[in-house]
Amino acid sequence: MNQLGRPTQAHFVTREAPETFTANRALQINEALIFETGREDFTGVDLDAPAPFTPRLGGLERQSELGLPGLSEPETMRHYVRLSQKNYAIDAGLYPLGSCTMKHNPRLNEKMARLPGFGDIHPLQPVSTVQGALELIEELSGWLLALTNMKAVAMSPKAGAHGEMCGMMAIKAAIAAKGEAATRKIVLAPESAHGTNPATAAALGFSVRAVPAGPDGLVHPDAVKAALGPDVAAIMLTNPNTCGLFERDIVEIARLVHEAGAYFYCDGANFNAIVGKVRPGDLGIDAMHINLHKTFSTPHGGGGPGAGPVVLSERLAAFAPVPFLRRDGDKLGLVEHVAGTQAFGRMTAFHGQMGMFVRALAYILSHGADGLAKASEDAVLAANYLRVGLSDLMSAPFGDRPCMHEALFDDTWLKDSGLTTLDFAKAMIDEGFHPMTIYFPLVVHGAMLIEPTESESRVSLELFLATMRDLAMRALRGETERFLGAPFYAPRRRLDETAAARKPVLRWRKPEPVEE
Amino acid sequence: MRYLPLSSDDRADMLARIGVETIDDLYADAPQDVLLKTPLDLPRRRSEIEVERRLSALSAKNVAAGAKPFFVGAGAYKHHVPASVDHLIQRSEFLTSYTPYQPEISQGTLQVLFEFQTQVANLTGMEVANASMYDGSTATAEAILMAHRVTRRRKALLSGGLHPHYAETARTLSDMAEDEIVLLPPDPSGAEDLIGALDDSLSCLVVQNPDFFGHLRDLRPLAEACHKKGILLVAVVTEVVSLGLIESPGAMGADIVVGEGQSIGNGLNFGGPYVGLFATREKFLRQTPGRLCGQTLDAEGRRGFVLTLSTREQHIRREKATSNICTNSGLCALAFSIHLSMLGATGLKQLALINHAHAVALAEALEKRGDVEVLNRSFFNEFTLRVKGDAAALVEAMAAQGVLGGVPVSRLLPGAGLDDLLLVASSEINTDADRAAFLAALDRGMQQ
Repeated sequence: MNQLGRPTQAHFVTREAPETFTANRALQINEALIFETGREDFTGVDLDAPAPFTPRLGGLERQSELGLPGLSEPETMRHYVRLSQKNYAIDAGLYPLGSCTMKHNPRLNEKMARLPGFGDIHPLQPVSTVQGALELIEELSGWLLALTNMKAVAMSPKAGAHGEMCGMMAIKAAIAAKGEAATRKIVLAPESAHGTNPATAAALGFSVRAVPAGPDGLVHPDAVKAALGPDVAAIMLTNPNTCGLFERDIVEIARLVHEAGAYFYCDGANFNAIVGKVRPGDLGIDAMHINLHKTFSTPHGGGGPGAGPVVLSERLAAFAPVPFLRRDGDKLGLVEHVAGTQAFGRMTAFHGQMGMFVRALAYILSHGADGLAKASEDAVLAANYLRVGLSDLMSAPFGDRPCMHEALFDDTWLKDSGLTTLDFAKAMIDEGFHPMTIYFPLVVHGAMLIEPTESESRVSLELFLATMRDLAMRALRGETERFLGAPFYAPRRRLDETAAARKPVLRWRKPEPVEE
Repeated sequence: MRYLPLSSDDRADMLARIGVETIDDLYADAPQDVLLKTPLDLPRRRSEIEVERRLSALSAKNVAAGAKPFFVGAGAYKHHVPASVDHLIQRSEFLTSYTPYQPEISQGTLQVLFEFQTQVANLTGMEVANASMYDGSTATAEAILMAHRVTRRRKALLSGGLHPHYAETARTLSDMAEDEIVLLPPDPSGAEDLIGALDDSLSCLVVQNPDFFGHLRDLRPLAEACHKKGILLVAVVTEVVSLGLIESPGAMGADIVVGEGQSIGNGLNFGGPYVGLFATREKFLRQTPGRLCGQTLDAEGRRGFVLTLSTREQHIRREKATSNICTNSGLCALAFSIHLSMLGATGLKQLALINHAHAVALAEALEKRGDVEVLNRSFFNEFTLRVKGDAAALVEAMAAQGVLGGVPVSRLLPGAGLDDLLLVASSEINTDADRAAFLAALDRGMQQ
């Protein structure tokens, strides 16, 4: 009984949940599209009509329909708040997407990026009016170079894949400068590489030659040596690799690559595991992009924006694209044109993802050299803790070898269960967890790649472990129903992706009027 | 450390459970001679107060657009963004989620993308749009690659009215991919003969509207001439607010429309992050780069949304993908979509009209003077002004008087003999007082 004397226990706890009139389920509210509720003749932004004037549009006034509904401010708030409630998020729970590094996003960084001196300055203002912004870029560049022990950094690439493009362009420019453009047309990449690696190489006119990994998940010098030749431009290797392992022979691989006259592109997507522990420049690499949105915690925002600065070795530094900074005494300037430099060109219209630079620097300053190393260590510690805690139930393709920041399992252990990796992942959703990365890397059958990051407390890790163990045991016991039907409790049940691809509906259209 | 939840006891206990003695035992595969045993000799961790103090000091060294009469454009524009936009994009569920790989728990992001795609398609007058690109310049470079795939030709023609940084971005990618690119000379008069430059070796013609110098262009004759020769017309829009007032590229016959969406919902941010728009005809769908969100049904028959047609993409197709793009501009697309949902057709038209009115007011005031010349017959919210002497020096002189007066063309096109040209942009933020300040600063600047 509560203070009002009313019973607090439900009377009919066993009764099945009824269908609701709205099809809503309490906090899970279906939300129509703005095109179904908004009105074209309404606007939620108050703007006064200008005084009468003579337009100078050269007769190009828009005649075609805009087809854009308007919403009042209260309708806008409700629409997007309701939509937001259908998303999982790091702030809501553990998000162990391997290779994606879903760590905590400090709100200080959001606040700093919104300071008017960063958020409200124009890329083409006189450089005399943006000295503080250029100083910030210089300071962040300094940190990136110190943490990697590299020679130069190109700040403008807009995301990891864009950074790969930039690094490979620098390599292509260096090869051309040596007069070998016509002969060096092959890029080596292991089969476990991110899809962006071969896609980038192909976009730049290279052919991709696969390098097999050994049974231990590592690339071996012998395999690299066998694939190298005078036709090879570069190797693209991820370290720590996509199986979550440190490439043990990376220094020897770098030596072989250089000996063959080729360059070493390192995919830095997994830099998070080694910041402050190993400087990639000490391993002999020539170029590496850094995903500021992974390693330095700028928010993923539901799929971007990211930022992908590229650090370059002495051999590639001169070819870095414009724009770049040039210091002249106490003034900073921008070199914005290729003429008079060896720059290979330009990656994008302006100076890169300034908003992400501010957040990344705030993250770096907050951690300091000590905190950055500790964050890497905690990420590795948490991943190994999960690896050890699950390895008696689930199968690890590369045995008991310690992992870096992510633990990899395959689906061998599910072989006789009638369940797939996908089924297992969907059941995790019902337990309140975002699934791990599944079916990547491609070299491992039914891969499950778990990256807890350094942001999880002990309590959180223990609950995740207990949940995974419980699900695994149920799967092995043959309790297939909870997996095959999952998710049951998400805003949507499993969605038909095949139908979506077969007959794509990529936009809303006005319904055809129904004839009576 | 405030962001790291594990205690020393936790760490010790976890190491014991793993069965190793020290954390460095887990780094056993790293070459031991390069493994750092102590932190690098760099600054140590700082409190929130200290970081805020340091970054605020750097911010204070810059002149914010909102603090001065502001007329700078050339591909990035200062507009007013309703307060609710920034509030909503900071909701944890949008800000701290990943690309929606698990659609059942990502319907918020996915429905936003579906609405965004529809808004972009309608705005540009096209049939379909993707879920965003990095920015307008990279979207332009991707459009050229797509035109090559569609036409199986490998040569693009770029108008001299295309933003020079867009042209340079496209040229870099094209050179590296060993495709051909023909860039026409800068065209401050808006009079270049594009139709005469067409031939059937071209995959596409890339034209900006309004162009870099502010001129408006009727794309219809260009589209017709292109299509006769099997060439795709790629229309570039760097000021997307213009589409509220100017005929859409789709209605004028463009095959691919790319644009910079920063003007709607997004701040200046010193050049990024921005949001690239990419729209095209349905028949070219399978050659489109980037993510696409599609409608489908769940197991209970309810409408839902998923990422679709991913067989075009790098994570499936690898070296045969239509693009290497992975991350895009999700949160900036959200900001764009929220702001445009509030504006609606009515608000966007009104906003565009105000922008145009403010630019016309400034142009008329300048035309009353004898010492400068407005080069444009037509324009939207930005025009080219011929001044006496060096426009770059003039901009510095105006800045010294507290007016950010525009972009000297020579900043983007040095050595092109265009040192006396100044790009001047207006928007709804400019007041009569701002225009008076501009004219006064121009007076004093030209006297120097």
